[in-house]
Amino acid sequence: MNEIPGDLKFMKSHEWARVEDNGTVTVGISDHAQGLLGDLVYVELPSVGDDVQAGNACAVVESVKAASDVYAPVTGKVISVNSALADKPETINEDAYGEGWIYVVKPSNLAEESEELLDPDAYAELIESEEH
Amino acid sequence: MTQHTILNATHRALGAKMVDFGGWDMPLNYGSQIEEHHAVRRDAGMFDVSHMTVVDLHGARTRDFLRHLFANNVDKLKVSGKALYSCMLDERGGVIDDLIVYFVNEDFFRVVVNAATHDKDLAWIEKQAKAFDVKVTERADLSMIAVQGPNARAKLQSLLSPATREKAIKIGKFVACEGDGLFIARTGYTGEDGYEIIVPQNQAVELWNKLIGAGVAPAGLGARDTLRLEAGMNLYGQDMDETITPWEAGLAWTVVLDDGRDFIGRAALEKQKAGGVKRAMVGLVMDEKGVLRHGQRVVTAHGDGEILSGTFSPTLGKAIAFARVPTGPIDRAEVDIRGKLVPVRVVKYPFVRDGKACEGV
Repeated sequence: MNEIPGDLKFMKSHEWARVEDNGTVTVGISDHAQGLLGDLVYVELPSVGDDVQAGNACAVVESVKAASDVYAPVTGKVISVNSALADKPETINEDAYGEGWIYVVKPSNLAEESEELLDPDAYAELIESEEH
Repeated sequence: MTQHTILNATHRALGAKMVDFGGWDMPLNYGSQIEEHHAVRRDAGMFDVSHMTVVDLHGARTRDFLRHLFANNVDKLKVSGKALYSCMLDERGGVIDDLIVYFVNEDFFRVVVNAATHDKDLAWIEKQAKAFDVKVTERADLSMIAVQGPNARAKLQSLLSPATREKAIKIGKFVACEGDGLFIARTGYTGEDGYEIIVPQNQAVELWNKLIGAGVAPAGLGARDTLRLEAGMNLYGQDMDETITPWEAGLAWTVVLDDGRDFIGRAALEKQKAGGVKRAMVGLVMDEKGVLRHGQRVVTAHGDGEILSGTFSPTLGKAIAFARVPTGPIDRAEVDIRGKLVPVRVVKYPFVRDGKACEGV
């Protein structure tokens, strides 16, 4: 599997969050998650301006096999979505941590909520334990 | 207990993602399900379908027995090797299984039934066979590989002895021949030309590897499902079961109500037909983005129905489905996707044949 970038934080439900230099947070699903889902064929994006709540479903990724909710790692207002995914959802399969990002949020409670997220080592351990 | 086909280790060595299917540990995909789908539509792919059950029926009255057992009429099978698709019904007209029967000779017919229905099928066939003195033999010693796609036949033919190759080239669609220890049928579950090859277990791995050498791409159950749905073919357990009659499953074309043939379920089917069949199976295409899924509610002018098989069609680039809906003419419907009603078109299926979208799809 791909190396997990060190600047990411994870939810147990396999979403990643990256705090950018400008304080916004980019969200996607992990490489492990895309592997479980298989070929992605549709992404239902949130809308710019949506208020998302940490732990609530805010997007849907669908593979040929199944539909899966994407949960918000942090609370805030959506300021940007990756609309390229509408035509090329497979970008998530190809580059889950890069071009396959899903949306960017302006967080409102980042300090507290990021405590709840897993660092890359803890996440790697989690998926290791799920596989056995 | 999970069962393994003889090719299990081969699949794993190819990096297959394995899943449980009807108690069998089977390959879901070998990487990309969509690429495997396209390989079958555009070139040649192959599936290990050894989990399916081959049942040989022997006895002087085998034809009589099958005239009684199946809703389709085996009297259509006049030439050795000819195959027929049929439903096997219970007395209420419910579908016990769908299957393919091959006519070998008057004392020998071969039937291939689904894996998930293995136990009940065999019990039913054995019970009904007694009155006809037909011997029922499950051929667990045989494996099965389906080679499908526009170039599938040529690729298999390149591996055969000259005598067998000649036979395999000659056979028409829905006909089987034998040679090189193989039972080679020009049948399939993808909407493409190709063969389904019944092979002795001890030759199966070698045949599989030779097919890879001939450029045939391994494909998993994931691609098999999208291919068969595009091809408008029912999946037992999802599109029909014992609670559903062929009339309600889009399978009227497989039922023969010929004079004087007393097949199991006939009385119930005739009664239902006389009273008016209340539900019908239809094809759906969604032009909006998203994926149609099993269990989603379908809203029509005549009432609600539900999606049976639904998927993303890699060939069409949009979602397609089978749905069971109240009977009545409709050309549009809506599907409840996560609380939102999304418009769909009601179309005649198959959706895809020989690599291309069908008219009106």
